[in-house]
Amino acid sequence: MLLIECPYCGRRPEIEFHHGGEAHIARPEDPDALSDEAWANYLYMRANTKGWRHERWMHAAGCRRWFNAIRHTVSNEILVTYEMGTETPPLPTVGD
Amino acid sequence: MTKFSIVSIARNALTHHENWPRQWRNPDPKPSYDVVIVGGGGHGLGTAYYLAKEHGVSNVAVLEKNWLGGGNTGRNTTIVRSNYLWDESAHLYEHSLKLWEKLSQDLNFNVMFSQRGVINLAHNLQDVRASRRRLYANRLNGIDAEWLEPEQVKAFCPILNVSPDARYPVLGATLQRRAGVARHDAVAWGYARAADARGVDIIQGCEVTGIMREGNRVTGVDTTRGVIKTRKAAIVVAGDTSVLAGMAGLRLPIQSHPLQALVSDSIKPVLHTVVMSGAVHVYVSQSDKGELVIGSGIDALTAYGQRGSFHLIEGQMAALKELFPIFSRMRMMRAWAGTVDTCPDASPIVSKTPIDGFYINGGWGTGGFKSTPGSAWCFAHTIARDEPHPLNAPFSLDRFVSGRLIDEHGAAAVAH
Ligand SMILES: Cc1cc2nc3c(=O)[nH]c(=O)nc-3n(C[C@H](O)[C@H](O)[C@H](O)COP(=O)(O)OP(=O)(O)OC[C@H]3O[C@@H](n4cnc5c(N)ncnc54)[C@H](O)[C@@H]3O)c2cc1C
Ligand SMILES: [Zn+2]
Repeated sequence: MLLIECPYCGRRPEIEFHHGGEAHIARPEDPDALSDEAWANYLYMRANTKGWRHERWMHAAGCRRWFNAIRHTVSNEILVTYEMGTETPPLPTVGD
Repeated sequence: MTKFSIVSIARNALTHHENWPRQWRNPDPKPSYDVVIVGGGGHGLGTAYYLAKEHGVSNVAVLEKNWLGGGNTGRNTTIVRSNYLWDESAHLYEHSLKLWEKLSQDLNFNVMFSQRGVINLAHNLQDVRASRRRLYANRLNGIDAEWLEPEQVKAFCPILNVSPDARYPVLGATLQRRAGVARHDAVAWGYARAADARGVDIIQGCEVTGIMREGNRVTGVDTTRGVIKTRKAAIVVAGDTSVLAGMAGLRLPIQSHPLQALVSDSIKPVLHTVVMSGAVHVYVSQSDKGELVIGSGIDALTAYGQRGSFHLIEGQMAALKELFPIFSRMRMMRAWAGTVDTCPDASPIVSKTPIDGFYINGGWGTGGFKSTPGSAWCFAHTIARDEPHPLNAPFSLDRFVSGRLIDEHGAAAVAH
């Protein structure tokens, strides 16, 4: 089980959290103008990176707040967790 | 290819089974092929076999980065059934089940397909309604399906706890008698042997690292054993589908998750069928060797590490004990995980792509073993004719744009 650092509550076991998939997906600004392809892209197409990726978590059994993390999807190492709305830390470059 | 028969077995018995020839060649890659299939699991090897057998395309290479059947084909809980809800899925899985019924004869290789029946338990009123709805849908599609009341469930599987006092009482179950299990490695080996006999080059230890393109057309693949030219590249790399599609510049609606299974010590035969419960999340059968083969849901996070979390095993064991008090003192022998690639509608992608000569078969999630023959058969058609067969046309990539999703979360029975 992973230990995940909630930015608000500190380090807690993974079972307290809900995984929210890829982070930083922007809602379309002008939905009426969107083509079907663009809709599909927004709704369904997700990064499924083998390596470091930005993702969302929710501390479901704790403060119930959403936050972001950078995690490695092979080793499961979590590099950093950070609050929504704060500056996005860059992903480590390949090889790190 | 040596033909397996009672005579060949008797002959080899005389020499203590030490003189069986190799069952497939181990060739070096040629500079080019008509079709390159990436991924030597059951689906990839099966695709090569049907390309050669049904379409006369035998200048084909199957490239596998590790060893044959070392991916999800060799890691699953081997359940084969066709009781899916929607017509599109029912037709595809039923076509597959029909091929399973003749597969050992077709391949001249015993895949140990055992039609011992699969029951899917219902634990609350909503389960009962959803299960019965699926059952009627199955019957309308000509697929065998029966409803069992709790006492019939008990009669069919006596070691199951159907007490109304159970935490998740059994309110009934669907039964598909033609469903069952198969020997997963044998499926990969049987297809490999039969494809090789028809001239397909099966190349292990060869990882694809790039998809080469000229304009919008595939021209070859880059591998750890050099460049191989081809005008048709097909990826069948469960778990890694996004990674390989990414090499061709395609984004997919797929997320990869760990899915684990475990087996117990071997015991005498006690469980003659397959029992699945989507609600409490465990499914179990007994292998011919006597082990309980136990599966559960996926890890919620996306990961490629082929390692599941312990808290899932805990939940799965709790459910198993609840349903089968008789197993409460069983020892578990080993656990492992695969990486499954899941689509938003819990249905696969078997499809051409916007890139000419680039084909995708993936996204089978937690349930692609049962479909191995049918998937491979349709995919071979798609590659050979450059158009989908009517059976896999609904499973095209463009359904995410058209909105014609095939929502099989209920019938998939495994949380994802
Ligand atoms: C624990 C578990 C239980 C399951 N239980 C069931 C079940 O009971 N019933 C059911 O129907 N389904 C089940 N499944 C799902 C099923 O196993 C898969 O859907 C199915 O086996 C996929 O087959 P495949 O041939 O597409 O993939 P695989 O067998 O995974 O083959 C893909 C191959 O591609 C290779 N590869 C990957 N990348 C590259 C590359 N770059 N170059 C070359 N080769 C590459 C891999 O090494 C692998 O051998 C289960 C899965 C798991 C993990
Ligand atoms: Zn918190």
